[in-house]
Amino acid sequence: MSKEKAFEAPPIPPAPQIPALVEGAMSHSRPFVAEPEHQRALGFPGELVDDWHDRAIEKMGDLLHRYRGFRVFLDACVKCGACTDKCHYFLGTGDPKNMPVGRQDLLRKVYRRHFTLAGKFFPKLVGAADLSEEMLDDWYRYFHQCSQCRRCSVFCPYGIDTAEVSMAGREILASIGMGQKYSNEIIGKVHRIGNNLGLPQPALAHTLEGLEEDIEEETGVRVRLPLDQADSDILLVTPSADFFAEPHVDGLIGYAKVFHQAGLRWTLSTKASEAANFGLFIGSYENMRKVALRIRDAALDLGARRIVFGECGHAWRVAYNFLDTLAGPLDFLDPKYPAPQHIVEVTHDLISRGALRLDPSANDERRVTFHDSCNIARASRMGEVAGGQFALPRDVLRSVCNHVFEMDPDATGERTFCCGGGGGLLTDDLVELRVKGSLPRMQAFKEIVRRHRVSHLVAICAICKSQFSKVLPFYGFTMDQVLSLHQLVGDAIVLGER
Amino acid sequence: MLVLPSIIAIAFYLAALILVVGVAGKILQYARTPAPLKIPTTPAPTTRSGTILRLAREVVYFESLFKASKWTWLFGWIFHAALVVALIGHLRYFTEPAWWPAALVQGIALWVGLAMLVGLGGLWARRIFVDRVRYISAPSDHLMLALLVIIAGSGVFMRLFLPTDIVELKIFTLGLVRFDWQTIPVDAILLLHIVSALALMAIFPFSKLLHVPGLFFSPTRNQADDPRERRHLPRWTPIEDRSASASMPDVPAEPSKDSR
Repeated sequence: MSKEKAFEAPPIPPAPQIPALVEGAMSHSRPFVAEPEHQRALGFPGELVDDWHDRAIEKMGDLLHRYRGFRVFLDACVKCGACTDKCHYFLGTGDPKNMPVGRQDLLRKVYRRHFTLAGKFFPKLVGAADLSEEMLDDWYRYFHQCSQCRRCSVFCPYGIDTAEVSMAGREILASIGMGQKYSNEIIGKVHRIGNNLGLPQPALAHTLEGLEEDIEEETGVRVRLPLDQADSDILLVTPSADFFAEPHVDGLIGYAKVFHQAGLRWTLSTKASEAANFGLFIGSYENMRKVALRIRDAALDLGARRIVFGECGHAWRVAYNFLDTLAGPLDFLDPKYPAPQHIVEVTHDLISRGALRLDPSANDERRVTFHDSCNIARASRMGEVAGGQFALPRDVLRSVCNHVFEMDPDATGERTFCCGGGGGLLTDDLVELRVKGSLPRMQAFKEIVRRHRVSHLVAICAICKSQFSKVLPFYGFTMDQVLSLHQLVGDAIVLGER
Repeated sequence: MLVLPSIIAIAFYLAALILVVGVAGKILQYARTPAPLKIPTTPAPTTRSGTILRLAREVVYFESLFKASKWTWLFGWIFHAALVVALIGHLRYFTEPAWWPAALVQGIALWVGLAMLVGLGGLWARRIFVDRVRYISAPSDHLMLALLVIIAGSGVFMRLFLPTDIVELKIFTLGLVRFDWQTIPVDAILLLHIVSALALMAIFPFSKLLHVPGLFFSPTRNQADDPRERRHLPRWTPIEDRSASASMPDVPAEPSKDSR
């Protein structure tokens, strides 16, 4: 099923381009289906149930009663076409079912057939369709070709969010036994061990000690990375990729240096050794809530007074928008600070108060551009005012690096393109999709490289960093051309004096 | 000729009833369905009044569509703006003396009708000639445009070439409002105009015309970006094993004030 090497990365066009429709261009792309044990661990049936059709329709009815957005989005679309050229997977593949409305219609057709008068009596006229086996397959294929980045929702005159539709689609699929292996296996690991990677406490402790030694060797300063330390001011919840992989780990070192230099008492937690919440990706409120509650429990156990999230896009969405709803009230935290907080907010605040001594010339070798992560750009905020999610990381970047350049405004800010690997698609069985879906970002990057000899893409999301490391080489770049924002911060901090 | 006016009158009441009851039912359904999570598309206004302004911008000048596609925006906006003016203008048939804004727009009525046709023509052309929009179009999408073109076209036709007896028409329409049925001018174009307008009213609650109430209930547009300032609560209790965690917070049953 894995199509690695069986495809070519598309050529990067000199300017953004809307492809002609190629029906079925990505109909071969489908991720591995979850194993029965991974399904059952999350409360889903192990494999496709016999009465899947009726159970799927029943589940759809249930979701229509639980989510206003889902119902309104299925009703309101007028097929104006505003979204049709906005999805990076469509732009990279030309498959019409990767147009946001094309993707929604897979579900909307069945909704119309079963839940609207017009679809019951005049299915052909209104484009209603039965949930056939073929349709079910299309659901599985194309709801796993959406990274839930919400770019389409920016442009829709009714704010229809395909992410909500693909989440509902995935929840229906999981509930009839067709969950996705990658996401469901990972959620199981979080519940069992505490993080996506399945790193147990001793391994985590060992890793952090090793990092402390590395920092001391390099800088001569003993910067701590505490684990499960009770009575800390700050509980840092960060994606587990930060614990070992490049370029993530350099970001973690950056956070540690920031906390060290600001004199803040902080800790990581074994129980909440993962910021990611894949419950979001599979559309499961219950799983998302269970994962979110670990963070509350960890903060209470450790007596933390602030919860700060590391660089992770969807984790920040869940933390910023949902944590208080899912696992609140967060009234046990220090009311002087927003709850929860983003590491960029913490660093930004320290920089603007002059609490960090920075030497941006440490990054003079780097000419960088900032990649807005979709979930941060379009599904959350930083700081006090709308749009802070764009301003704060750029402020931080400019104070630690002298050479910062902006990509095309059609590919940044609220219009940013997904890296191509978000929403539970960061798996090897979807490499072709990931490579093709990153085309619009690669196009904008290539342009800024050409114009300003930019050397690095800076990101604040674990998925973006992993995805870029993987896809950059397909487009003639190197995997180390993506950096963590806090790596640049860490490199610019002058340790020692305050 | 009392059969024809009676049929039109009954059709009028029926269409109005379907429109009002159907749309009210949908609005009630939307309002009763919980919005369990904060999902505004950001950057979003941080206050309630800010979201009202955001919705107003969507309604008045189609802010998001403007970002998306200038052509669709141009034709869509022209059509909708003309439709609003035309609706206001038609209120003169139901008010005596005519409501002043309805009287005011009479002078530009022809231009409004033509603008509507231009908007519809542009939108239809996109549906036919842009491969992406053609792919997503169902027969009903074309029929909807056809219906609107018939309505606007017959209106313009009467203005330009075959004016109907509007004095008699107004006696009929006022009769409808006062439940005192009068005769209607026997005029094929007028009947086509009226019947297609009634058809549009009747399909409203069962079709994509629900985009009108839908916009106001769209959580990505009507929610304020304030989750850290005000706790947002779902209106339903999640299905799960609630004994699993000792520190499980209670989920109050009351709806959140801000759940719209």
